[in-house]
Amino acid sequence: MKNLKKVLGIGIVAAATFFIVAADHIDAPAVQGGSSDITDFYAFQGANASNLVFAANIQGLLSPANTSTATFDENVLVEFNIDTNGDYVEDLVIQAIPRDGKMYFFGPVAPSQTGTSSNVETSATATGVVDITAYDSSANIATNSGMSFFAGPRDDPFFFDFAQYSEIIAGNASSFNMPGSDTFAGSNVMSIVVEVPKAMIGGSGNINTWVVTKRK
Amino acid sequence: MKTIKILSVIAISLLAFNCSNDDNEMDQIITPTGPDFSGTYTQDDQMGRPAVNTVFVSSSSKDMFNVTTPATQSAAFQSMFQTNLLALSPAYADGGMNALGQDAAAFTTLLATDVLGVSLDGTTTFYDGTNVLTGRALADDVITVELLLIFGGEDFTENPGLSNDNVDANDKDFLPSFPYLASPW
Repeated sequence: MKNLKKVLGIGIVAAATFFIVAADHIDAPAVQGGSSDITDFYAFQGANASNLVFAANIQGLLSPANTSTATFDENVLVEFNIDTNGDYVEDLVIQAIPRDGKMYFFGPVAPSQTGTSSNVETSATATGVVDITAYDSSANIATNSGMSFFAGPRDDPFFFDFAQYSEIIAGNASSFNMPGSDTFAGSNVMSIVVEVPKAMIGGSGNINTWVVTKRK
Repeated sequence: MKTIKILSVIAISLLAFNCSNDDNEMDQIITPTGPDFSGTYTQDDQMGRPAVNTVFVSSSSKDMFNVTTPATQSAAFQSMFQTNLLALSPAYADGGMNALGQDAAAFTTLLATDVLGVSLDGTTTFYDGTNVLTGRALADDVITVELLLIFGGEDFTENPGLSNDNVDANDKDFLPSFPYLASPW
């Protein structure tokens, strides 16, 4: 247990502030708790097996009370990166950026530049826009060219007994509990979900994907 | 005079028609044209697989990891990942391996390039007992999979108290159709 404690560099502080880190929630000093902090990333086959779904969650650990006032930051671009040829460089991106209550989507499109700086790819032919769903409203869903779009608050789909993990790291426990307790139960995130035909992102075979947030 | 009058009527009609036509086009355009999307956006956060930055990157390097492109992550971070894995888990000591048959070097080489591999040909799951790293579905128990790969050894039996957090599902049911994620609390 000493090793666990040393590696994660958390120590006894973790016991008091156990919401330190999780899937990617509050993972690093520069982003933690801010409007660009990614909590989770999912990519899975859609209900229509010809489609793939990308989901990015940001701004984790929102209480129900805080969710009603949570918003997407207009200075933060959320970008799904897709590598179709195995070199870990994005060949396609799907960008999502909010303006005045709507979430705008650009792509899949070959980005004008790869890497850690981006412009919004406004010349993309594949685009979409959806009204951001308000708290306590049913989900607004928009579709265009076979794609579907959603943006708004959702239940955090991540589950983990992070409190007990922190106790282990802190040296206060030697194992998980049976049963465990989901530290993320009852908390919300801000979600962006886009479903695209597989034909638009390589068609078949394997792709590599990752999500980034970029700030103006 | 009559001709001029007729011409001006036609001109006005054309103008009116043009205006009205423009309005219709504005209504029908799906591509956003109004909002200002100009400017350069610079990277803040990045994520491929769950919990990688959290578990394997040392505290002082977490921000740097988030702005290092996947193509350059392995060269920059694999060594750190391996050191941290060996300190974290006894399962890799003395050439120990995980259930994927990877020793510490092989496992951290996979993890240090933090992208999510996704199959476009069928089942997409982090691990479902058969398929490995073909995506990440909402219901996947990714933490237990990672704990098993970190602590569980060659056959998932080592360090049983550390290799499963015993939380196996979300606190709300997911939806069968888009947007799939459950409504907020």
